[in-house]
Amino acid sequence: MPNSSYEKLTATFFSIVAGILVGGLVLKIAGLPVGEAYLVMFNSMFSRANYVAHIIVKSTPLILTGLSVAFAFRTGLFNIGAEGQFIIGATTAALAGYFLDLHPLLEIPLVLLLAVFVSALWGGIAGLLKAHFAVHEVISTIMLNWTAFYLQNYLVMLEGFRRPNSEASNSINVSASLTFFENWKYSDAGILWLEKHPLLADFLRAPVNGGIIIALLAAIFCYIILHKTSLGFSLRAVGHNADAAEYGGIKVKQKMTTSMLIAGALAGAAGATHVMGVSRNIAILASMEGYGFDGIAVALIGGSGAWGPILAGLFFGALKYSGSKLQAALEAPSEVIYIMIGVIVFFTAMPKLFGKISDLIKKRRAHAR
Amino acid sequence: MLDSILFILSTTLMYSAPLIFAAIGGVLSENTGVVNIGLEGMMAFGAFVGAATTSLCGNPWIGLGAAGMAGLLLALLHAWASIHMAANQVVSGIAINFLGTGLSVFACRILFEGSTMTPPIPLENKIPPLFFGQYATVYLALGLVFFTHIFLYKTIWGPRWRAVGEHPKAAESVGINVYQIRYLAVLASGFCAGLGGASLSIAVVSSFRPTLIAGQGFIALAAVIFGRWRPMGAMWAALLFGASQALVVFVGGQAAIEISSQILSMLPYLLTLLILVFMNKKSAAPKANGISYQRN
Repeated sequence: MPNSSYEKLTATFFSIVAGILVGGLVLKIAGLPVGEAYLVMFNSMFSRANYVAHIIVKSTPLILTGLSVAFAFRTGLFNIGAEGQFIIGATTAALAGYFLDLHPLLEIPLVLLLAVFVSALWGGIAGLLKAHFAVHEVISTIMLNWTAFYLQNYLVMLEGFRRPNSEASNSINVSASLTFFENWKYSDAGILWLEKHPLLADFLRAPVNGGIIIALLAAIFCYIILHKTSLGFSLRAVGHNADAAEYGGIKVKQKMTTSMLIAGALAGAAGATHVMGVSRNIAILASMEGYGFDGIAVALIGGSGAWGPILAGLFFGALKYSGSKLQAALEAPSEVIYIMIGVIVFFTAMPKLFGKISDLIKKRRAHAR
Repeated sequence: MLDSILFILSTTLMYSAPLIFAAIGGVLSENTGVVNIGLEGMMAFGAFVGAATTSLCGNPWIGLGAAGMAGLLLALLHAWASIHMAANQVVSGIAINFLGTGLSVFACRILFEGSTMTPPIPLENKIPPLFFGQYATVYLALGLVFFTHIFLYKTIWGPRWRAVGEHPKAAESVGINVYQIRYLAVLASGFCAGLGGASLSIAVVSSFRPTLIAGQGFIALAAVIFGRWRPMGAMWAALLFGASQALVVFVGGQAAIEISSQILSMLPYLLTLLILVFMNKKSAAPKANGISYQRN
């Protein structure tokens, strides 16, 4: 990784440019109008309040799983398990949101805390296994992902939780919903008021919810933990050089477990806010949904700080949303955005390349003189 | 009873073959010190190219070859980044996963009128069964394990490859070309992963679809680690995962057994975790695994 943040920023910038160029090339080869495609994508990001709202909604889980992966990175751990931790968070929130029916002021924090707590434990397992049994976190989190996957599929179909004759669970109670103005915006008064305020109406037509606030709070939490507490100092020391940290009196094993607990909590919050703000229930999974894997890309593009994942998450969310518009407008495969993400991540993997290129340019200039 | 055992055994082999191919790919690459997390993407791309080629030209063997080349193509990117650009190999592998799955579905929609599934391949154009009703790819996979074992432990090249993975600097000092061996290993790894993907899409089933590979490459990766970076070990691990899938299929067909197939599906993963906990703590990973080597 490049040393200075300036170098890192330029490398990220050029990686994104490379992603856009290769994406264009792929569209061109496929015989699609490149300029028009990018115009559609650009318009579907900024041209309407509704689009912006959708992008915020889509970005929320990506920011949280991105923070999760980034947090574990700081302790030198690679959390492939965000996918499974997301599932555990979502399942817990769906269960608690359905079976508990309290006043919203009590219900929302309780459901959220339960989901975050259980997924933190789930993430912590990988940390514990790494610390005390030397089980590589990459393999343990892959195993835990699949365990979570089948666990959700099992729980969804349990009588009492399953919605009869379907492959999904019952919806959470309204008191557990994070969606803004959910009842009001469909009430007579709400409809009347929104008619007079078209911009807000357009914005609220998307399932805008409190998840984004939770994601931003989580980023602040990560920043404070990592940079303002002694725990954060030791976590970063372990990530920097575990042997030196051990020598310096830091309990490395304990810190690894703590790091994975927090990473699990963050990815679990992603699953919980997704259920409480958008999906309302969980369903039988045919394959991994990819929120956790997308989170890896978010952490890699955004860097492992606390603020990078917010920007990278919004960026990824915007790409995902505009990709779906691309499909509708030009019948161009929306998967082009995954090719772009792949290229961006690929280039962020090799900072040396940009060093080489800038050396080459400097040499040329010197030569020209 | 015998019927049931034979059924489970043959289904195990069928589901294990794709994992064995990809896991052997991982073993080859990681023994020379290049981590390959991109197996998933290479498998997906292989599965798509294999199915698309077979359905367009009607010959599964050409399809299988094309699938290997597709995996190799992605591996070339990973090799260049990891070897010449001193890239973070894990990050590059993650990129390959996004690229492989993205490219597959993208190209599928372009080639097959917006469909994310390739047209089903008629039975006579699929990879044919060889002996005991097992697909030829199963024997190919087992042969590959045997060949890789011989190569790594019984030929003069084996120690060279492993030396590159253990201590590249020392290897280079005795005249071994580290870059060349790493390139060969990563390319071979992509080829194997591509074959693994196709052995799913043109043998086990008869088309490519986006959910076909979802996670198989990561399980193959786990098999590499579980099998302690050895071809035989990886094969046994892949067989364990295959057996669990077979067991789920078997129990699903038995009205008398009332175990949730979801709970059953969970078991191999929990079992793997448990075995890893009790296994020898000393890591068996090649010492230079994941560390880039730069010539002076």
